Amino acid sequence: MDLQDVQSWLNDILMEASIHFHKVPGSAIFLRYVKSSYQNDPEVDELIDEWTPEPLVAPLTLFEEAENEKRPVIVGPTGPKSKLSNGRTVTNLASYNFYNLISNETLKEKAIQVLRTYGVGPCSPPGFYGTQDVHIKTEADIAAHLGTPACIVYAQAFSTISSVISAFSKRGDIIVADRAVNYAIRKGIQISRSTIRWYEHNDMHDLQRVLENVVTEQAKKPLTRRFIITEGLFENIGDMIDLPKIIELGRQYKFRLILDETWSFGVLGRTGRGITEHQNVDAAEVDMIVGSLAGPLCAGGGFCAGSDAIVEHQRISASAYTFSAALPAMLATTASEVLSMLQTNPEMLTTVRENIKTMWAQLDPRSDWVHCTSSAENPIIVLTLKADLIASKKLRIADQEQLLQEVVDETLANGVLITRLKSMPRAINATTKDIGWELQPALKVCVTSGLSKKEIERAGITIRHAVTKIVNKRR
Amino acid sequence: MSRRLMNPFASTSPSSTTTITYNEKHELPRRASSPRIKKFPNFFSTSPKSKSETQTATAALLAAAQQQAFVNSPSQQISSPSLSLPTISLSTARADSANMDEPPTTLFQPPSPAEVRRIARQHAQFGPLGHHTHRYTSRHHGGDFPEPVMDEPPYYYLLTTYISYLILIIFGHIRDFFGKRFHKDHYRHLQAIDGYAALNNGFDDFYVRRLKMRINDCFARPVTGVPGRYITLIDRQSDDHNLHFKHTGTTTETLNMSSYNYLGFAQSEGPCADQVEENVKRYGLSLASTRADVGTSDLHVEVEDLIARFVGKPSAMVFSMGFGTNATAFPALIGKGCLVISDELNHASIRFGARLSGATITMFKHNDMKDLERLLREVISQGQPRTHRPWKRILVVVEGLYSMEGTMCNLPGLISLKKKYKFNLFVDEAHSIGALGPKGRGVCDYFGIDPSEVDILMGTLTKSFGANGGYVAGDKAIIDKLRLTNAGSVYNESPAPAVLAQISAALRIISGEFVPGQGEERLQRLAFNSRYLRLGLKRLGFIVSGHDDSPIIPVLLYNPAKMPAFSHEMLKRKISVVVVGYPATPLVASRARFCVSAAHTKDDLDRLLEACDEIGNVLQIKFSSGIAGGAEPLPEGITPEMEKEWRRTEKGGPHGELVYQPPRWKLDEVLKRGVQDVKSPLR
Repeated sequence: MDLQDVQSWLNDILMEASIHFHKVPGSAIFLRYVKSSYQNDPEVDELIDEWTPEPLVAPLTLFEEAENEKRPVIVGPTGPKSKLSNGRTVTNLASYNFYNLISNETLKEKAIQVLRTYGVGPCSPPGFYGTQDVHIKTEADIAAHLGTPACIVYAQAFSTISSVISAFSKRGDIIVADRAVNYAIRKGIQISRSTIRWYEHNDMHDLQRVLENVVTEQAKKPLTRRFIITEGLFENIGDMIDLPKIIELGRQYKFRLILDETWSFGVLGRTGRGITEHQNVDAAEVDMIVGSLAGPLCAGGGFCAGSDAIVEHQRISASAYTFSAALPAMLATTASEVLSMLQTNPEMLTTVRENIKTMWAQLDPRSDWVHCTSSAENPIIVLTLKADLIASKKLRIADQEQLLQEVVDETLANGVLITRLKSMPRAINATTKDIGWELQPALKVCVTSGLSKKEIERAGITIRHAVTKIVNKRR
Repeated sequence: MSRRLMNPFASTSPSSTTTITYNEKHELPRRASSPRIKKFPNFFSTSPKSKSETQTATAALLAAAQQQAFVNSPSQQISSPSLSLPTISLSTARADSANMDEPPTTLFQPPSPAEVRRIARQHAQFGPLGHHTHRYTSRHHGGDFPEPVMDEPPYYYLLTTYISYLILIIFGHIRDFFGKRFHKDHYRHLQAIDGYAALNNGFDDFYVRRLKMRINDCFARPVTGVPGRYITLIDRQSDDHNLHFKHTGTTTETLNMSSYNYLGFAQSEGPCADQVEENVKRYGLSLASTRADVGTSDLHVEVEDLIARFVGKPSAMVFSMGFGTNATAFPALIGKGCLVISDELNHASIRFGARLSGATITMFKHNDMKDLERLLREVISQGQPRTHRPWKRILVVVEGLYSMEGTMCNLPGLISLKKKYKFNLFVDEAHSIGALGPKGRGVCDYFGIDPSEVDILMGTLTKSFGANGGYVAGDKAIIDKLRLTNAGSVYNESPAPAVLAQISAALRIISGEFVPGQGEERLQRLAFNSRYLRLGLKRLGFIVSGHDDSPIIPVLLYNPAKMPAFSHEMLKRKISVVVVGYPATPLVASRARFCVSAAHTKDDLDRLLEACDEIGNVLQIKFSSGIAGGAEPLPEGITPEMEKEWRRTEKGGPHGELVYQPPRWKLDEVLKRGVQDVKSPLR
């Protein structure tokens, strides 16, 4: 007998049974009883009426309101000198425009050519006809530049690392991470649901201690994946890691290394290959290098470089890659183009480094109130208030933020645009236990090669004076 | 054959610069004149119903347009301009023809070969409208919002589907068993080596290696050029069972049924691209900052205003990635003590964001308002687990249009539940914005619901607008707060000027501010194309999922082996389609998905229907039972209202149940009746 026949036969039987059931005397009473016993409880309606939800967002605080109002709007192109919506032209030391590439005519011309061939958006995720030949080329270019076997390009830098972490590290796996890692890494760790152990910021002894603890704890348990996650240049502090030491420890304790080079790729090393070039480490020694094409490279998107197996695995299991549209072709080719510029003329980097030195000299040794926590090669100079100042004035985190915001405003009033390090967004209704490490409020000064030494010096003096003025006013 | 005129990797050669200037030269007068010409038919007609009266007025114009379309249709591969000689160009010139300044009654001049190429290229990105009847308005016509009837295949097919998977899994394990013993080096990454645990393992990895790898050539096909009406695939082949691919060096131009290019804005020329070029020249390529720092330009402010006005909310903010928009929006809205009630088929980015927020997450059955109500009563009366404290807030999250099902959310139902249960409503319009509604403004527009009824409207700019990124729109207080607390605005790269220019131009075209008439044409063509293809497929006998006005049209295939077969057969006919299987769909519900675009012409859809008809016969995938539509026309004297009664009395089964004939229309019947039947409710 055919399957369909069986199906219709069964249906017929059921139908018959139901008709017969209804014919049995008293069946209607029985059905009514069953139905009424499932009736809605009137108390539920009362509870529903009583329930009043909180508003969707909390009202703005005064400080937040001011921040929204003060946020600068740039009119026209972003450059070393930018015009703001209030009509003033200011020295821009806030964009990550280190090599002054935004207004580069060659890049614009190339991008327009790509526009005339590919349009703007690829209109598809990479898995469904969204992988364009330009993406393949950009991936190959990055891999070749870094010296890794393969590379994968994401559509946004910020989403890259979270997806990379959660693609590999699952529940039960172990992550050992620096206490000061950036927000994106924290979110990646959170979504991976792995076990997390923190080590003190850049403290290699503490790292060793934590690794050893993990190994002894896990000795009797089945082997799980283990990762060390850290940054090349720290977003929140600006300092550099000791990569050879971390790799050595990773080897010793059998941990894989995920290195976030968002702020060091395109910045450190002779040709901007990042921390691996700067500290003479073979990039293939690092299991995964994650970087940004949006910051120093002035294009868009992020990438993860590593072995073939690592890259191919992400193509199906990294959510920000699989479930998002591909990077616009124009931005992908711009990234390729900038990489070849870095390779062919590394002087770009030396000009910026000269300017960093000049700026640094105006701030760190000369100011009584702030000091640089960032590394001397980092074009993002992170300035925190000195510890004795904080202690003597009993400045809480919020006070420091307020003070530094005033410095930013004062500096802008004198024609120099800088920003401050924003505190990491807190989870809603988070308890104090959930918050964990808190970054120290700081000023962020981004050096660019688009300004002459004189201009950098002058801007440095402006910033220093603004700090002095605001701190003295507070006295 | 490849239509690329220039190579973006080559250093600036004189040839490529001349191409650009050449384009400009020809585009400028075209743009200047098009509003005047497009306004002409608009002057007479405000709604599609009154179109028929103005037929005579526009006939001349359209005749010329049609002729042009036919001559330049790239699928026809007309190479010699002499073929078009006998045409007489009536009245004025059309927007894209070259003989603008000539007196209106001259004989048609053969366009130069360069001109022919240019128009062919243009039509490969956006097909010309074949006939003025090929338009429809996407709108909910009142009354209850009916759930699409989901047809089921005969049990035989479900059974064979399970058997297929079983065979694949058994063979996979056998191969793994021997492989791990005899080809150790191939399995290195699956085993713990030297104290490191395997990087990936478990069923997901097995599935990828042993099932997906077999059909890997159907996924991630590399493309080049504009993903418009046609898409150019880069040919590739594999010698090692899809582990590696080699590019053969050739390309194939295929009909693009795969990109989310709903309104056809994926174009490398025309008003949008011109705007983008202008803005790249002015603003450069990047802002090199985050929104919270100094990544806000006047362009961002303008685009945010445009989006807010477009979706009908007081305020909006843009982000550089659609996935990232959801991933960061949820943690800024909800947290511990809050509840997210999510449709079970919501997109991964919603799940990602909701998980990051730390809120409790529950799910309700896809689009099932009864199930949602039951759940709401339960969670509100029970409160938080263990403590039974009341929830701080409840956020119900739905998508406007579901990308794998083609179903729309039941917004009227949700709004009435919202009034009763006081929850907050978040609608993800990733696919619906631009694609639904008489003005393309998403599900609210489609159902005629005031957008203020929905708390948060989120959407992406990747799909309908041919750009990239996402937006969140809501009340000013909400958006102002989000600007500060949303990780997306603090850390995301600011959207690039090129992308913003594309969004701005596309939005202004849709709303009719810019190139009047074009936006309306795009919207109505998309609505027509969606209904036409869906009706055609149903009549041919396919099981099609989703609502009638949805431009996403999934055809159910069931058996896993039919995915690659369908994809290959389509590719042979130069049509690129997306096939999806587990884990994106339930294990048994593998499907092929067509994404209709305004750039498609009726001829393109006819070509697709013909291909489907042939392939459907070969692969035996026409197994609809008729309950979901596609029925034969009713006999004389029976109106659609009487249909149910008629079926019961005339053709009813032994117990008075409705009986449906499985629809198996002939292709030519489908093509003949399609256009007129699309305009009435589909059946």
